[in-house]
Amino acid sequence: MKTGNVANPSRRKFIQGAAATAGSLVVAFNIPFTKDAGAQITTDEINAWVVVKPNDTVIVRIARSEMGQGSLTGLAQLVAEELECDWAKVTTEYPTPGQSLERKRPWGSFGTGGSQGIRGSQDYVRKGGAIARMMLVQAAADEWKVPVAECTVDKGIVSHATSKRSTSYGKVAAAAAKLTPPTDVKLKDPKEWKLAGKRLARLDTVDKTTGAQIYGMDLKLPGMLNAAVIDCPVFGGKVKNVDDAAALKMPGVKRVLRVGESAVVVVADTWWRAKTALDAVKIEWDEGPNAKASSAAFAEVLKAGLDAKDAVVGASIGDAPAALAGAVRKIEAVYSYPHQNHVCMETMNATVRYTPERCEVWVATQNGEAAHAATAEASGLAPNKCEVFKLHLGGGFGRRGATDYIRQAVAIAKQMPGIPVKMIWSREEDMAQGRFHPVTQCKLVAGLDDKGEITALHMRISGQSILAGLAPQSIRDGKDPVVFQGLNITGAETAIGYSFPNLLVDHAMRNPHVPPGFWRGVNLNQNAIYLESFIDEIAAATKQDPLALRRKLMSKHPKHLAVLEAVASRVGWDKPAPKGIFRGLAQTMGFGSYVAACAEISISGDGVLKIHRIVAATDCGHAVNPQQIEAQVEGSFVYGLSAALYQECTVKDGRIEQTNFHNYPSMRLADMPAVETIVMPSGGFWGGVGEPTIAVAAPAVLNAIFAATGKRIRDLPLKNHSLKA
Amino acid sequence: MAKLNVNGKVVDYTADEGTPLLWVLREQLGMTGTKYGCGIALCGACTVHIDGVPTRSCVRPASTVKAAEKIVTIEGLSKDGTHPVQKAWVALDVPQCGFCQSGMIMTATALLKATPNPSDKQIDDAMTNICRCGTYNRVRTAIKAAAKEMAGAKKVANALNIQHVNAGEA
Repeated sequence: MKTGNVANPSRRKFIQGAAATAGSLVVAFNIPFTKDAGAQITTDEINAWVVVKPNDTVIVRIARSEMGQGSLTGLAQLVAEELECDWAKVTTEYPTPGQSLERKRPWGSFGTGGSQGIRGSQDYVRKGGAIARMMLVQAAADEWKVPVAECTVDKGIVSHATSKRSTSYGKVAAAAAKLTPPTDVKLKDPKEWKLAGKRLARLDTVDKTTGAQIYGMDLKLPGMLNAAVIDCPVFGGKVKNVDDAAALKMPGVKRVLRVGESAVVVVADTWWRAKTALDAVKIEWDEGPNAKASSAAFAEVLKAGLDAKDAVVGASIGDAPAALAGAVRKIEAVYSYPHQNHVCMETMNATVRYTPERCEVWVATQNGEAAHAATAEASGLAPNKCEVFKLHLGGGFGRRGATDYIRQAVAIAKQMPGIPVKMIWSREEDMAQGRFHPVTQCKLVAGLDDKGEITALHMRISGQSILAGLAPQSIRDGKDPVVFQGLNITGAETAIGYSFPNLLVDHAMRNPHVPPGFWRGVNLNQNAIYLESFIDEIAAATKQDPLALRRKLMSKHPKHLAVLEAVASRVGWDKPAPKGIFRGLAQTMGFGSYVAACAEISISGDGVLKIHRIVAATDCGHAVNPQQIEAQVEGSFVYGLSAALYQECTVKDGRIEQTNFHNYPSMRLADMPAVETIVMPSGGFWGGVGEPTIAVAAPAVLNAIFAATGKRIRDLPLKNHSLKA
Repeated sequence: MAKLNVNGKVVDYTADEGTPLLWVLREQLGMTGTKYGCGIALCGACTVHIDGVPTRSCVRPASTVKAAEKIVTIEGLSKDGTHPVQKAWVALDVPQCGFCQSGMIMTATALLKATPNPSDKQIDDAMTNICRCGTYNRVRTAIKAAAKEMAGAKKVANALNIQHVNAGEA
């Protein structure tokens, strides 16, 4: 086994002009990243996506961020598939947002969210690979003066059978780069794939096992100082008074600064000293209008929204209110879902060097372009005077799609021109200043006829809108479409898998002062909990098997049903579970994929839940790397079940009460069920993988808990409930 | 000047009283493989060995570690990333984001040294590190694979049938 860093984009990119010392990385200024970096990067490229070195090494450029989800490898597989190069010689690098701006966005979006990494770029990255292949083969044909149609290529070796000649990509790369790119490009049928679709190892694993991987927090620049920050713990509050006399006398402390009206910063030679001194700064806060806000008070606002008249319709079939008014029997339930923090293992951080001429940022971000725009805005410099260098992310989950922490770091560095400053949030700051999973409640009412058949369903969601907090300009006619994930009547993104004669899904928007954010799985998470739990409630109330009821409702939704049937078949739903084991089902569609799960649980005499096994199925259309899909499904269950079992951020006196892992626990290895993942790509579409299955873990477990105990858990997290018999 | 024995070398360092070993490693000695995750010994990302004992370095003042005590960090676990646990981690593509994995690997190596053939329960009890990406099942599989190799198995089958063909990772 080699331990080279060939495949590590951050290392690759930084290796030029960088001196590695004792495991840390020191980057020399002005060598790799200044204005000539663009020129440097283009000299040997075939096109924006592919660079072929004379030694046949192929560098695939990856615009989307790698945060553990594996799309760095998956995207490289897709490019290499069309390129017909030797996978053993493939490595990757990140282009920068500044280069993208200069070259008019040849790499498309840098955004890495919404499970878009593969599906959102598969078409143009494959074309990038195919075009490069055509140019390389053409260059060989030109050199031999033979028709290109007579040439073949395999693993980066171009051959002309008639004349028994062959050459390698590396040898013709320089000539190929000069050719005009073809415009007529035919992509392979996925059935012909040789690299894509295979269980290939990731390209970024080795450095993560030796400590060599550099994350945002690990960056070290010459002359760099470190910053610790505290922002007003009450959202909307301000700094009233600061006594920094004691802190300024502490060792290593350089400055005590303000950022905006609400944050206090200590800059010191080391972060530990900055943090220690920050603890010694006496701060008086003006807590502002939210000083008395609480989760309990907000829950009352949401509750009132469940019956309010000001709701916006997300989905409607027939006349649900009329059908409900005429129903023989009604079933009704109210559910709720709390605020949650992403809790990336690596807390938010960014390193910035500002001068009046240029602002450079080194940051783990899910969206390089948004980070670049935020840098320009916060620094006050033109975008072409700013650059962002992406580093590996120690978790993203949506949190690192936001740019608040980048703006803060730029605002700090702007007060210390010429000196690079690394800002790191403590875990406590990270908990206090999250961009939280929105809080909602949901009232579901089903109408039944005299045969017990469902005649109507009304789902009223009351609560927070992410877009209202992040992008209010995108709210049209009071509607945040993201609220309805999993509940749309049709569409390729996130459609409901059931047919109801009458359906109404509406939303009463109620926004608390807690800032919302996209949180892995987003609104699909709680919407699936609400609907899948309630379907089981209807099944129980009408004495039907939960699978039988779903089959009845899903007959016009074959893709939704197929994943559910696959799970039921694998788990043996038609046979009794082993003694003491209870099962629950759930299905949904989100981020373009169809997913289902069956959980097997037991509950001990003293009410302790044990999740033994989850069988899950995913139809993501095309599967680029099945072993990484399995990793994502398992990981999504840890994320979703940690949330469902343990996690809530509660507000008291305007601030988040949870501060660290002791009062905001996360699942550990001992809690982890066996997971069996069925990857069943049916072709013809491209669905996402990172998020969809999160949504089925919790409702499958909640339905299994009902099967075991007869207790229907409607408020999360589960830790607030006793499961004792 | 105080002294620490890190990865077989005695090194001098200067730090204020009370500075945790984690921050001495990261900021004074430039070894950033050991991670900050919580600062209160709950997540395990900062795990190092002190005389073979897995220790959460974020709450251990560096000044309480004697120069005679041998500290091993992820950077010093093996010369070239070939400790059987590291090899198993690579073979099974355990890391996702990877931020917690230094701590996972240091905890796992200490477990296997003390308990060469751990039961599932022993793995559960030892591996209390938090991973937000959710790599736990692969961690368990990799510990078992490493245990087999350390017990002398010539070839350990890849339990996940992962294909290693890229020069950069295999």
